[in-house]
Amino acid sequence: MQRIGVFVCHCGTNIAGTVDVKAVAEALKSEPGVVISTEYQYMCSQAGQDLIKAAIAEHKLTGIVVCSCSPRMHEATFRKTAAAAGLNPYMVEIANIREQCSWVHKEMTIGTEKAIILGKAAIAKVNLNAPLTPGESPVTKRALVIGGGIAGIQTALDIADAGFPVDIVETKPTIGGKMAQLDKTFPTLDCAACILTPKMVDVAQNENIRIFSYSEVTEVGGFVGNFEVTIKKKARYVKEDLCTGCGLCTEKCPQKKVPNEFNLGMDNRRAIYIPFAQAVPKVATIDPDYCTMLKTGKCGVCSKVCTAKAIDYQAKDEFITEKYGAIVVATGFNPISMDKFDEYAYSQSPDVITSLELERLMNAAGPTGGTLLRPSDREHPHTIVLVQCVGSRCAACAEKGKEYCSKICCMYTAKHAMLIRDKYPDTEVYVFYIDVRTPGKNFDEFYRRAVEEYGVHYVKGMVGKVTPEGKKLKVQASDLIANKQLHIDADLVVLAAAIEPDKSARPLATMLTASMDTNDFFTEAHPKLRPVESPTAGVFLSGACQGPKDIPETVSQAGAAASKVIGLLCKDKLTGNPCVAHSDELMCNGCSTCANVCPYGAISYIDKEFRMPDRTTKIRRVASVNEAVCQGCGACTVACMSGAMDLKGFLNKQIMAEVDAICK
Amino acid sequence: MQEITRDILLERAEALLADGTVDRVLGWKKGEFAYDVTPAVFTTADELRAEFVWNDFCGANFSKYLIKETAKKDTKVLVFLKSCDTYSFNQLLTEHRFDREKVYVIGVPCNGMLDPKKVKDKAESVLSVTDNGTEVAIETLYDGIVTVARDELLPDRCLNCKSKKHVAYDELLGTEGDVVANARFDEVARLEAMTPDERFAFWQNELSRCIRCNACRDVCPACTCEKCVFDNPNSGVDNKAPANEFEEKMFHIIRAFHVAGRCTDCGECSRVCPQSIPLHLLNRKFIKDIDEFYGEYQAGAEAGSRAPIVNYDLNDLEASEAVERGNE
Repeated sequence: MQRIGVFVCHCGTNIAGTVDVKAVAEALKSEPGVVISTEYQYMCSQAGQDLIKAAIAEHKLTGIVVCSCSPRMHEATFRKTAAAAGLNPYMVEIANIREQCSWVHKEMTIGTEKAIILGKAAIAKVNLNAPLTPGESPVTKRALVIGGGIAGIQTALDIADAGFPVDIVETKPTIGGKMAQLDKTFPTLDCAACILTPKMVDVAQNENIRIFSYSEVTEVGGFVGNFEVTIKKKARYVKEDLCTGCGLCTEKCPQKKVPNEFNLGMDNRRAIYIPFAQAVPKVATIDPDYCTMLKTGKCGVCSKVCTAKAIDYQAKDEFITEKYGAIVVATGFNPISMDKFDEYAYSQSPDVITSLELERLMNAAGPTGGTLLRPSDREHPHTIVLVQCVGSRCAACAEKGKEYCSKICCMYTAKHAMLIRDKYPDTEVYVFYIDVRTPGKNFDEFYRRAVEEYGVHYVKGMVGKVTPEGKKLKVQASDLIANKQLHIDADLVVLAAAIEPDKSARPLATMLTASMDTNDFFTEAHPKLRPVESPTAGVFLSGACQGPKDIPETVSQAGAAASKVIGLLCKDKLTGNPCVAHSDELMCNGCSTCANVCPYGAISYIDKEFRMPDRTTKIRRVASVNEAVCQGCGACTVACMSGAMDLKGFLNKQIMAEVDAICK
Repeated sequence: MQEITRDILLERAEALLADGTVDRVLGWKKGEFAYDVTPAVFTTADELRAEFVWNDFCGANFSKYLIKETAKKDTKVLVFLKSCDTYSFNQLLTEHRFDREKVYVIGVPCNGMLDPKKVKDKAESVLSVTDNGTEVAIETLYDGIVTVARDELLPDRCLNCKSKKHVAYDELLGTEGDVVANARFDEVARLEAMTPDERFAFWQNELSRCIRCNACRDVCPACTCEKCVFDNPNSGVDNKAPANEFEEKMFHIIRAFHVAGRCTDCGECSRVCPQSIPLHLLNRKFIKDIDEFYGEYQAGAEAGSRAPIVNYDLNDLEASEAVERGNE
């Protein structure tokens, strides 16, 4: 029989306000096994913990129940308390009488009644608890960063600087991501390439970093400290180790009509290409959708001009399997498609563009060489309308856009307006906004400068319709402050499109068993206290894959993620979770269902010899759990039809005892 | 009447015994009554000639027998399987319950097996039963010969035969059949259309007759646990005898849950039930739900296949949707 101590916490008034804690402690006194039941104002405080320790010693307790907040909050605290008093930490159970009771009930009688029931359930479980001892697993001292934008680059650099090897997997032929496409960056207006490309070179030159460009993660197995990842290196038809990046092939390739994705389709590239001058790795890639040689077998110009003999038309996708201790997700974002926003005539007129397209139009390496020209007739636009919140904060039009604020648009729109007015003072710039949100260091000053020094026309109100008419775009909008309709004949309309997570994020989250919110942004382990960790151990988040953010924020989060990874990789061994699956071999019938449902590959089958009651031996196929790999999810226990599989710490009979205690 | 005669089976069995392919034969032998045919293991040609039976009452599904039979020796055993039996055979292979190498399977076409209960309903004191394919002549002790249309004597599982196709065999006698269209879910749909109270009353009426003989469990090819939960004092649902209303409320439901996704709908549970409880309907409800929730799935159609309820697919129904549909 257990000797159980029950400790009911007031949590100030958090619990005591709705639950009669004295009555709970009193009621639980008579439960089977309980030898002491008491309450205290803050059980998690030093005094509260000392009270528990003293009770363990005084009453020779073998198990304790703490009726307090969620076990996610303080289970670890009370387990440590128990361990300090010489009790096995897994003899501690938490009855959550705060989140699941006092916070959701208003009436004292109901709250008290439920708190007593929750306490009884926890006592019923402790009565069946057994001491558990965790195992240990080694840590592979190598990190994987998925995504090679500024977030991935910064994380990789920081981890590599601490001396750990890092691999970056990037789907594009070059790292750099969205930042490489930007012209200037707010609020300092320094050139994006000037600050990004040195970092890209650092990555290329860092001995600890390997870049898998033009590659994808296809499979993730294992667990924290011991992930096994399969990376698909897509066939680029150019041998990376031989190509010198001279670019001769990209000049000679006869297939000139390939939309250039780096310039968002506003000009063309060749079928063999290097995305931009500072690409890392600076290696050509053949686009199999356009290459005449790959499609028809006739051409071969690039192969003829390549002095390095790097062209290989026979290349196949390659698969690499590597072990990692930690994985950082840095898959970034994309502007949403403007297809559903017909009111802005995006698909009808080439002169209605997105902000990212404007970045390219203003960039010296862009399709116009940095001169702002209308895409339709290559003339200088004189009246430009910038529209904010296109698809953002779109609660009423959820099927078209996003409910959330994309966060970066207010600032980059102010930047665009300022840059245009600075370079072309004869241009009238209108910005239509719902609110202007500038909560960052030097952000509001930046926006005020656009309004006050650069004379940008900020109009509170939204654009209702854009109609192309001749060479003009008729913009119909409302000015909410003057309470009137505006009609503007614009030459160029720029839409600040909402941003969304990259499409690769959802399947990746499934592979990583990392959770996502309804918008496909990765969720943090805790929104405030663990913002760069995913709830899945060993998976960390960096950059816009976790939520919209600008470059300074991304870089700080990237560094934070790196420090978490370094903290993990520094350890030689990880203490495991003793709550792992265990198979009763006498009941196992060897059907393999558990091995099939195990998401971690922790179960294998062995042929084992058994002594039978009649003194014969029998060889039977039975399940065997690798406790270092098992994560204790319990999928096997519900799939096992024989009831042979059980989860230590959450035995079927313990759960049934809890249910029985609740239903009694 | 069956397409393949006893002589053909006998000839193959003797030949395989003679050439050493197998050293024993799992077949049927005559029981006390004409309709009472019982499984048996034969080791010699003489035994076979004397006692081997193949007729309209050879309904027993031999798949489950192979677990114990193959464990006895390392040599091969010959087994005769009807098309429906082969699904159970595959399902057991999926669950690694016996070694395929130790079995030689002869697929036997089946024209539907007569239901002894229906025969006894039509005639008392049955002496012999002869079948010409459309009509069955039942010779009785007191009433002479009673003639009944064959279809009237077929059990539900044969009337709603799901497949004439053998999904596993080493050799097939006769011609290969097909998966056939059937109305096996009509009765389930009728139960689904009832109000919860009506349905509860229906099942209470049926299950209250249960005498807990465990025949359904013992015959079920999906019930092959080393230790059955109902016999395990640690399981929390152990109950060895009909001492309370456990049979009415729990036993059959728990059993249906245990075989969900693995039941091939062979119908053995209803065949052996001495109280004529339509137990197969419980299993069919699960099969119908799985088909509707996750797409059509036939357990045992393919050895090694994974039932939707122990598999995950990105297109799987959300649990909330399943609950909603259940409430409709």
